[in-house]
Amino acid sequence: MIREVARQFRFTNKAFWRNPASAFFTFIFPLLFLVIFTSLLGNDDTPLYPGGPTIKLSTYYVFSMAAFGLISACYTNIAISVVFAREGGILKRLRGTPLPARSYLTARVLHATFVGFLLVAITVVFGRVVYQAHLPGTTDALLFILTLFLGAGCFAAIGLAVSGIVPNEDAGPPIVNAIILPLLFLSGIFIATNDAPTWVNWVGRIFPVKHLVDAMRASYLGAPFHWSDILVIAIWLLGAVIVAARTFRWEPAR
Amino acid sequence: MPERVIEIEGLRKSYGDFEAIGGIDVHVDRGEVFALLGPNGAGKTTATEILEGYRQRSAGAVSVLGHDPAKGEHALKQRIGIVLQSTGVDPFLTVRETVEMYGGYYPTPRPTDEVIDVVGLTEKRDERVRRLSGGQQRRLDVAIALSGDPELLFLDEPTTGFDPSARRNAWEMVKNLVALGKTVWLTTHFMDEAQYLADRVAVIAKGVIVAEGPPTSLAGRDQMQTTIRFRPDAGAPPPPELGQAPAGDGVLRLSTGEPTRVVHELTGWALQHGIDLEVFEVSRPSLEDVYLELTGAEEGTA
Repeated sequence: MIREVARQFRFTNKAFWRNPASAFFTFIFPLLFLVIFTSLLGNDDTPLYPGGPTIKLSTYYVFSMAAFGLISACYTNIAISVVFAREGGILKRLRGTPLPARSYLTARVLHATFVGFLLVAITVVFGRVVYQAHLPGTTDALLFILTLFLGAGCFAAIGLAVSGIVPNEDAGPPIVNAIILPLLFLSGIFIATNDAPTWVNWVGRIFPVKHLVDAMRASYLGAPFHWSDILVIAIWLLGAVIVAARTFRWEPAR
Repeated sequence: MPERVIEIEGLRKSYGDFEAIGGIDVHVDRGEVFALLGPNGAGKTTATEILEGYRQRSAGAVSVLGHDPAKGEHALKQRIGIVLQSTGVDPFLTVRETVEMYGGYYPTPRPTDEVIDVVGLTEKRDERVRRLSGGQQRRLDVAIALSGDPELLFLDEPTTGFDPSARRNAWEMVKNLVALGKTVWLTTHFMDEAQYLADRVAVIAKGVIVAEGPPTSLAGRDQMQTTIRFRPDAGAPPPPELGQAPAGDGVLRLSTGEPTRVVHELTGWALQHGIDLEVFEVSRPSLEDVYLELTGAEEGTA
């Protein structure tokens, strides 16, 4: 199984980088947004958490955009590319070969995770170099990596679950984005939701996006880490896996 | 006793009230090329996808290489190669990478370059799949199906959409597969394809098999009457065998179960009387004639 997955990962990776448009936009969006938001909102000092040490606003956005990158790579990319592979008959063909479904899907999720991690690294380095997004406190590397893995798995699973409800290839990008974009806004990825109405905060509490950013920021910057964030992400992961197992289809809709 | 590679008994498949397959019995022996011939919508793909494990049957018994394909067993998938009617591959990998990737899913893959040679894509080896023409992509489909060195190959309408020369090439390719000792299950709606490639043909119409046999003797084709057509010179006395008058175009037709004798007598008569037999033609009913009759004219245009 490990050899199978590693082999499939290699081919998935090869194909990914050869689609320059897709690779380029996956990587450019988080950085582009980081530049846009820091330009619009300035790079002033802001408290890391109420009553906590101050950080630059760019530091806040570095983690928002890193989380956004991870979500793009795992959720958006997986959902759209799986629909593409299904409607193009690639999945059906694979189903007729001895390659076990779990090996194929594992390779796909691991590759998305790999791309997501690359994005997080690039965003953090970019923020540091360009905006001197400074990093007070100590990084809890173990917690940070745990958060990233769990977040990647959670959003990949949601991507697989959503792919099952997308009826055809053309409907892929609109449906996939319609689900995630409002959620990103309501979870404070683009604009802080500290002063937002209660219902917005509830959305942030229920869905996994805000928990992912909070956990990433807290573990990296050394702010108080809430295990409840991890718990919510884990519950979503589990739920998405259950839904995906029911909705996932191998054959194109006719 | 040849080894049965595929055995189907009383196979039925319904979708709600619609019966796509209404009870068919078919078997295929090792090394055979078997063609399921029929118009669009006759049930060819449904039957094929049941054998491949994509569809569950409603009733009947099916055995493929000793396995029940409905169980989706790994052990069966390792021994078959599938060319689906419509299917895709990653557009950004090259031909060689694609064949190598798929071959790697099987325990004993064929050498990648060898497979590419068999389907005639040698010159396109390093081309990305997205840059291949439709015909080349179809050949790649076959290459992928061959990559695991399967014993049994399913080809579902492998040449639909091909131009005549591409079809010829594809046929040669299938002949090559037979030379490799493969058993082939082929579906097609082209008579000439079945005739050229298949050892045995079953004609399917509206979910039932209406005739089965070698293409040369399908539905008693070899027993049927031979038609002789000719146009005698105007004013010549009628030939001895014929009581019937020429048709409007002056062409005489006669049917016979003894073409050798009749042709001999006819030409003897013509020479004796110095008569030239214009448009002289001796024809057996073509597979197409048989097929159109069996499947019903309104569907036979497919």
